Amino acid sequence: MKNDHKSYMQQLLQEIQAETMEASLMEVCGTHTMAIARSGIRSLVPPNLKLLSGPGCPVCVTAQGDIDGVIELVREPGITLLTFGDMMRVPGTESSLQEERSKGADIRVVYSPLDALTAAKSMPDREVVFLGIGFETTAPAVAITVEEAMENGIHNFSLFSLHKLVPPALEIIFSDPNINVDGLICPGHVAAVTGVEPYRLLAEKYGKPCVITGFEAMDILEGVVMLLRQLHQDKATVEIQYRRVVKKEGNLVAQATLKRVFQATEARWRGLSSIPGTGLKLRPAYEEMDARKKFGVREIEDVPIKGCACGEVLTGKITPHDCALFGKGCTPLRPIGPCMVSQEGACAAYYRYTPLRD
Amino acid sequence: MCLGVPGKILQIMEHGVARVDVDGNQTDISIKLTPEVELGQFVLIHAGFAMEIIDQEVAEETMYLLKELLQYEE
Repeated sequence: MKNDHKSYMQQLLQEIQAETMEASLMEVCGTHTMAIARSGIRSLVPPNLKLLSGPGCPVCVTAQGDIDGVIELVREPGITLLTFGDMMRVPGTESSLQEERSKGADIRVVYSPLDALTAAKSMPDREVVFLGIGFETTAPAVAITVEEAMENGIHNFSLFSLHKLVPPALEIIFSDPNINVDGLICPGHVAAVTGVEPYRLLAEKYGKPCVITGFEAMDILEGVVMLLRQLHQDKATVEIQYRRVVKKEGNLVAQATLKRVFQATEARWRGLSSIPGTGLKLRPAYEEMDARKKFGVREIEDVPIKGCACGEVLTGKITPHDCALFGKGCTPLRPIGPCMVSQEGACAAYYRYTPLRD
Repeated sequence: MCLGVPGKILQIMEHGVARVDVDGNQTDISIKLTPEVELGQFVLIHAGFAMEIIDQEVAEETMYLLKELLQYEE
């Protein structure tokens, strides 16, 4: 079996390396970014094929002003903030959650949103806020948590939602004439929830092939081959490479849960500005758990970071190596932009795995 | 961020909770997003939730997950 595995991988690689067509393929999931970098796939594809990173890392697309709003909230007495580890180092205008924690704010890292519920139950005298971040993959888990909080009357729990939706943001990529993308390596776990429909609509509307792809090196190679074959055949449809997890219709329970708890709203994306209908906020029935409303969090303007090109990196206009700060002012140890903060950010992945060419 | 790990359902408990085996470690997860899951099936776990049931037949047929899955067969 192992030999079959290896020979199939070689076959895929050979097909990719024999490709002479010029094409730019964008991966829109931070986990793909990391897998492509770590496996060395980028160095194996011929120069006529470009693998670009898109806005697929929820940490990287978090607007600076949104982080500033969270920071203002955690400075209030009586607030305990729980979030996923990736968020700790994302820079706001002047500070980060990590810095605030070192100054005494009660900020804790959790693995599951349900941990925030347990925390709220154990600390009835504190206001426990879960900072919800992530795409369609993560949002259903947070939605279930909100429902459980409501059912169990846990009134000191609330959600600060920075959740975002992937397909409408991809529409921005495809409709921007300055962004040159021929096909999309679509996020497998987002599609496990949404199903193929949103991608089918995108593929047909913009005439670009989409392949929903898994996260092993071989998945990605197969995804790339499937995209190239579509391009050769002048096809623009959606295909599922990641069949062991993604069903055509997606996870209907997760979709229904999302609809019960959340509604679409305008969201700020770093690098893409504010886009209507791309964020998730709680429905009126759950409004009492909306941390922004509960604590009157104000909207804070984004202040551009001097020299930071995360916006261009996230939309595939440039590669991390083209940013003036890359590896100089901005490193994983001292990140300036969020693409260098998150392990799955394009800049962090390039820094670790793709050396600068002379 | 959207990472998922495969786990095998060992026990289905009350309130939409299941005990799973992840790489030899046992942990409890929520199965509220995959209520139809059965004992012995593999699920993809993300943020403490089973977010999808893995189609073992396809996984084996396409071989990718075989190595991971075989570890649980013993």
